[in-house]
Amino acid sequence: MKTRDQIALQEAESETIKITGAEAVIRCLLAEGVDLIYGYPGGAIMPVYDELYKFQDQLNHVLTRHEQGATHAAQGFARTSGKVGVAIATSGPGATNLVTGIADAQIDSTPMVCITGQVASHLLGSDAFQETDIIGLSTPVTKWNYQITKASEIPEIFAKAFYVAKSGRPGPVLIDITKDAQFNSFNFSYKKCLGVRSYKPVPELDLDAVTQAAELINNAEKPFIVWGQGVILGRAEQEFKDFVEKSGIPAAWTILGLSALATSHPQNVGMVGMHGNYGPNILTNECDLLIAIGMRFDDRVTGDLNTYAKQAKVIHFEIDPAEVDKNVKADLPVLGNCKESLKVLLPLVEKKSHPKWMQRFNDLMKIEINEVIDKDLRPRKEGLSMGEVIVSINKYTKGDAVIVTDVGQHQMVACRYAEFIRSKSNVTSGGLGTMGFALPAALGAKMGAPEREVVAVIGDGGYQMTIQELGTIFQTQAAVKIVVLNNDFLGMVRQWQQLFFDKRYASTEMVNPDFVTIAKGYFLDAKRVDKRKNLDAAVAEMIASDKPYFLEVCVEKEDNVFPMIPTGASVSDIRLK
Amino acid sequence: MADKELKTYTISIYSENNVGLLNRISSIFLKRHFNIESLTTSQSEIKDVFRFVIVVNIDEERVKKLIQQIEKQVDVIKAYYHTDEETIFQETALYKVKSSSLFEERHIQNIIKESHANIVTVSPEFFVIEKTGFRNETDRLHQDLAPFGLLQFVRSGRISVTKSKMEITELLSKFKKDN
Ligand SMILES: Cc1ncc(C[n+]2csc(CCOP(=O)(O)OP(=O)(O)O)c2C)c(N)n1
Ligand SMILES: [Mg+2]
Repeated sequence: MKTRDQIALQEAESETIKITGAEAVIRCLLAEGVDLIYGYPGGAIMPVYDELYKFQDQLNHVLTRHEQGATHAAQGFARTSGKVGVAIATSGPGATNLVTGIADAQIDSTPMVCITGQVASHLLGSDAFQETDIIGLSTPVTKWNYQITKASEIPEIFAKAFYVAKSGRPGPVLIDITKDAQFNSFNFSYKKCLGVRSYKPVPELDLDAVTQAAELINNAEKPFIVWGQGVILGRAEQEFKDFVEKSGIPAAWTILGLSALATSHPQNVGMVGMHGNYGPNILTNECDLLIAIGMRFDDRVTGDLNTYAKQAKVIHFEIDPAEVDKNVKADLPVLGNCKESLKVLLPLVEKKSHPKWMQRFNDLMKIEINEVIDKDLRPRKEGLSMGEVIVSINKYTKGDAVIVTDVGQHQMVACRYAEFIRSKSNVTSGGLGTMGFALPAALGAKMGAPEREVVAVIGDGGYQMTIQELGTIFQTQAAVKIVVLNNDFLGMVRQWQQLFFDKRYASTEMVNPDFVTIAKGYFLDAKRVDKRKNLDAAVAEMIASDKPYFLEVCVEKEDNVFPMIPTGASVSDIRLK
Repeated sequence: MADKELKTYTISIYSENNVGLLNRISSIFLKRHFNIESLTTSQSEIKDVFRFVIVVNIDEERVKKLIQQIEKQVDVIKAYYHTDEETIFQETALYKVKSSSLFEERHIQNIIKESHANIVTVSPEFFVIEKTGFRNETDRLHQDLAPFGLLQFVRSGRISVTKSKMEITELLSKFKKDN
């Protein structure tokens, strides 16, 4: 049987019909299998909204309460569904409000297509009402962008946009459409894009390189894997797991790689980077072979580059040639989709285990447990810690929730302690660190994986950056569980002020509103917890609910996140306190 | 370190002729604070394929990274970098001089002849001299003409072709075959 998408595509591909540009936009989206978009209307995009009204039984439009929310929701949707997220907005302020989400999607390689209305083509360059050069503004933060000024361009440009957004290393694409191009009629037919001659999404796999990689791996005594989101984006989780298990090599993740391999896997040794685990950071500077898979050596991962893994040979499995040698020189780059390269690699790798080397990770983990983790998860203080809230969430979701985090201390704590048994379960703003990401992203994540439990863990600061999306959550009734870890501080900044600015807490303390009342104002079930003895019951009640639910947990105001690599320090100078 | 040595590199970019690509490419330089010494855009030897020639003065490691970022752009077909020794390159300069000087100062005619410059236009008020060559040649002519009063002077960006082959046609026909 054919799916609805296939039928829609076939219908669209076979016929040539005379329609307006605005209707063509809808038909292009349907042909690409899109049935859900996020957006906000306004003058320059009204013809498309009029068509959305007519097609509402085939294409669901979710009205967010701010265009930034539309982009983050589209990102959340893309991250859990593996499909392209779509956001739509009007010209001028509508378009500029998209920019943060686009930049976030660009740096975190999220497939997204943004559509903006634009003033009529005869007005371009006249500083017309709500005219803004969104092509110029979005150029540095898009994978590709294009301004459509003629209705007849729509099918080809949309086809290319979706192809570019999702192929190779995914990213955001913006299409700006002048109002006259939406109004004018033309003969529409749709052909999917199968290739662009100037664009090679996936470099050819170099079999020699894979063979050399196998040799290095087989001969290494202290090999170490660091994987990133490339494993998830390349849908290479199985191949990756096979490789990890056969080679017996300890493996650590970057924040965006989290959930590609179960957190309980015996070879999963934790997170690398600024607030990562003790062992993987220290041993980065002891391994003899660093096997980087689908990651890009961000400075939050590497710390000081001059002292990063200098003793090791580096193999870099990477789909984007521009990442090779960008930050860390690779002794052996293996270009291509890691799904392919790992598949070819597997039979060449000897079955091994590295018990002594693995023991080094375990020993350092013991130190971390004593010095940090125990205090985080089993605090002896009266106030609640962020860590114990995450433990409670793990308990009631059985480690099988999608965890969406914002940016700050709560993000680091959640990523350090959340348990995952399935891939595509960690949604966070890694590269851009966009406060305000989580609430709308959680909405999108839930819509992208409706059968899954989605828990958003958000700080009291970031929550207030996109708090208006409670309205969208209420209206859609998307059953998102929202946990605000309230420390009445911009906690992460306060931590830096404490450690590096002699406790001068400049503008980081917040006098907060009654969050429960606000949630109730949006007609959401809501609760506040400030005592340990009430925590588990509250989390259990939240998880048991099949509706959106808001839980505020008042936590210690001045807790810090450790371990920590101070900016500019070496990964092996990671501090435990 | 030897590879940190600053050098003049000519970057050649073959691309689709798309509005906006210039912006995209220049933002790659802007983001990294790299100065563009000169930039020329024109059609290339292939129909519908555009060519950029950009001159930069940086070290080889950086020019390599620039090329990676440029090639990453969807509308860029291919980008290369070359040293001066690997290319044939020229610049063109135009010099606008008062006509009276041409007739009153015999010497100016010798300068033009010796420098192998061409007179493009002569009118009662002014005449225009064109000189194509290396930077030091157009500079020298500028120096020589300056005493006679230059009404205007302009020099183009570098244009260059490489001694080695550019395999764009092969690349494009391979794409055609594969798709
Ligand atoms: C849009 C934006 N502005 C500023 C920052 C800088 N910043 C990073 S973390 C942080 C504090 C976050 O506070 P909160 O949301 O309460 O989380 P906490 O650290 O307390 O858990 C700030 C201000 C940012 N990441 N994003
Ligand atoms: Mg806070």
